[in-house]
Amino acid sequence: MEQQLRKMNYRDALNEGLREALQKDERVFLMGEDVGRYGGCFAVSKGLLDEFGPERIRDTPLSESAFTGAGIGAALGGMRPIVEIMTVNFSLLALDQIMNNAATYLHMSGGLFNVPLVIRMATGGGKQLAAQHSHSLEGWYAHIPGIKVLCPATLEDARGMLWSALLDPDPVLIFEPAVLYPMEGELSADAGPVAIDQAKLLREGKDLTLISYGSCLHKCLEAASILAEEGIETDVIDLRTLRPLDDESFLASVAKTHRALIVDEGWRSGSLAAEVSARIMEQAFYQLDAPVERICTAEVPMPYAKHMEEAALPQVSSIVATARRMIDG
Amino acid sequence: MADFTMPSLGADMAEGILVGWRVEVGDRVKHGDIIAEVETAKGIFEVEAFSDGVVAQILFQAGPEAIPVGTVLATIVEDGADSISPPVAAERMRISPAARRLAVENRIDLDQVKGTGSGGAICLADIEGLIGATTAKVPAQKPVETKTSSDFKSGMRQAIAAAMSLSNREIPHYYLATDIDMSRSLRWLEEENRQRSIRDRLLPVILPLKAVALALKKIPELNAHWVDDQLQLKNEIHIGFAIALRGGGLITPALHNVDLLSLDELMAAMSDLIKRTRSGKLRGSEMTDAGITVTGLGDLGVRTVFGVIYPPQVALVGLGKIDEQPWAEQGGLSVRPVLTATLAGDHRAGDGHQGAQFLDTLKRILQEPEAL
Repeated sequence: MEQQLRKMNYRDALNEGLREALQKDERVFLMGEDVGRYGGCFAVSKGLLDEFGPERIRDTPLSESAFTGAGIGAALGGMRPIVEIMTVNFSLLALDQIMNNAATYLHMSGGLFNVPLVIRMATGGGKQLAAQHSHSLEGWYAHIPGIKVLCPATLEDARGMLWSALLDPDPVLIFEPAVLYPMEGELSADAGPVAIDQAKLLREGKDLTLISYGSCLHKCLEAASILAEEGIETDVIDLRTLRPLDDESFLASVAKTHRALIVDEGWRSGSLAAEVSARIMEQAFYQLDAPVERICTAEVPMPYAKHMEEAALPQVSSIVATARRMIDG
Repeated sequence: MADFTMPSLGADMAEGILVGWRVEVGDRVKHGDIIAEVETAKGIFEVEAFSDGVVAQILFQAGPEAIPVGTVLATIVEDGADSISPPVAAERMRISPAARRLAVENRIDLDQVKGTGSGGAICLADIEGLIGATTAKVPAQKPVETKTSSDFKSGMRQAIAAAMSLSNREIPHYYLATDIDMSRSLRWLEEENRQRSIRDRLLPVILPLKAVALALKKIPELNAHWVDDQLQLKNEIHIGFAIALRGGGLITPALHNVDLLSLDELMAAMSDLIKRTRSGKLRGSEMTDAGITVTGLGDLGVRTVFGVIYPPQVALVGLGKIDEQPWAEQGGLSVRPVLTATLAGDHRAGDGHQGAQFLDTLKRILQEPEAL
């Protein structure tokens, strides 16, 4: 049967995922700054207040620690809250709640209390929002045991990860790359929940493995097309879930290509790219034919000026150049 | 300065595994000191130093890879040499882990490979190119697998197969057999053993073993190696003694200076040798310096053993079961304990006449057991 495809953007896909969750389970509610009357600072929750009412689409004060804590309490009380935090930079105000409470309750209660909380937030640069709204700190969160960390890069994942996250008995953080909100694409009419414990191979090649997630994934796919014209065939892996990492996916690819390049919008030192690189070294050392390489964001606060911001972030050109050097020596 | 190389512990050994060092750089060693343990298809052996001096460099660490015979494993600087030059750190080869693994699997000499990767590093493509080239030239050659301890059993079989094939291919054997009346010897032995505690009793095999050593003093041409079409006589009488292993296979380590040992000493030496053979504690020299081999299958009731010579030796003595048999002598018939001794001889190195003299001497010695 031919699948019906619908044109929409990443923001629409998220909105559809939210609507489905709110429809399916009355314990689900959305809470955050400007999610109701304003429709979300990135317009993700537009129309939901009218459909589901103020009990379930709740505007909160500018107080990340308080409403994240309220979300934890609601989850402990049997609800399935979705907490939206405007950007990852602001989530640092709620870090105490996330790390010291949400991530630890199951452990500290001896397994009695789990926290079925979902927290969504925007991440990353590329929109000229400067040094307090543009960073990529999901790698930091991927450091914390007790939570899962997801980063949907495709419409399918934007639509389908939320419901799987709500089914998870423990806290799940979903990072939405802000630069992807207007990304246009096609989604199958019957798109639904997706697995949240696997990486995904989006393109196959034999010469090099590109490993990425989020907005950089699309730069990798573009770079892969350019490289293919030059005869360099690349595997492109979307990590999708940053914690726990799906090691098997990239290890299997490296066993085939013997070369890996990791592209990560986080800062290089102590990055998620560093973790992936270390795992390849630990588990696939004798498969490597060249050192694992990383392309990360320059270690500076994100510049505001457009050309400076572009210079700081990983770009298609730098991915292509690095890949060429890795293949040609 | 002397090189300590992977020793050849027998004609059937092409490579060995370095199991461990007993010395460190800077240690003083004397000729005969055990300095390393080497595993071959026939087991683990303690290997002795061949020269006096100080260990200057250790070039290989213990590991599961098989190292060809003759490879320099360490250098030993003679006493009195001015100084020990510190080991020169060789510049580390630029090679990717994957390329190194493929090269090792295919026995590629990395010194001959030119790297085309970043900074001249050898990468997979360089090795794959070479493998393609060699397999194109020699299509029959299959990649040689790295041997490890787990291959021990089949390795032992292969080692025996190689040595015995070599023997039957190159050595024109002649065979002689003689029956020896053992009544005097056994009577004497019974008397001797009666005065001993059970622990110290002598086994009957000791007598023919010692007798072989004494017979070799009279017929030294059979205590020798045939190397490069020449007979090299042995000055000392070391007898290789075939010992079957419980897991299958056999080893023929040497009993040293058998002619000089008393029967008690020989008994002790044999017990010790069997114990060490079965526990894998033999020394390298014990594997190589035998001038002749004695094999006995009398335990299992075999009366006559026609053996295959272990090269480069030139003779093998077979001992059967000492069994009561009808014995005709001076017109009368009686029952005597009889030992059938055989000789397999290398016809390149000597003739049947010589072999017959040997067996005759052996027979006569065993009639005068007190002299043993």
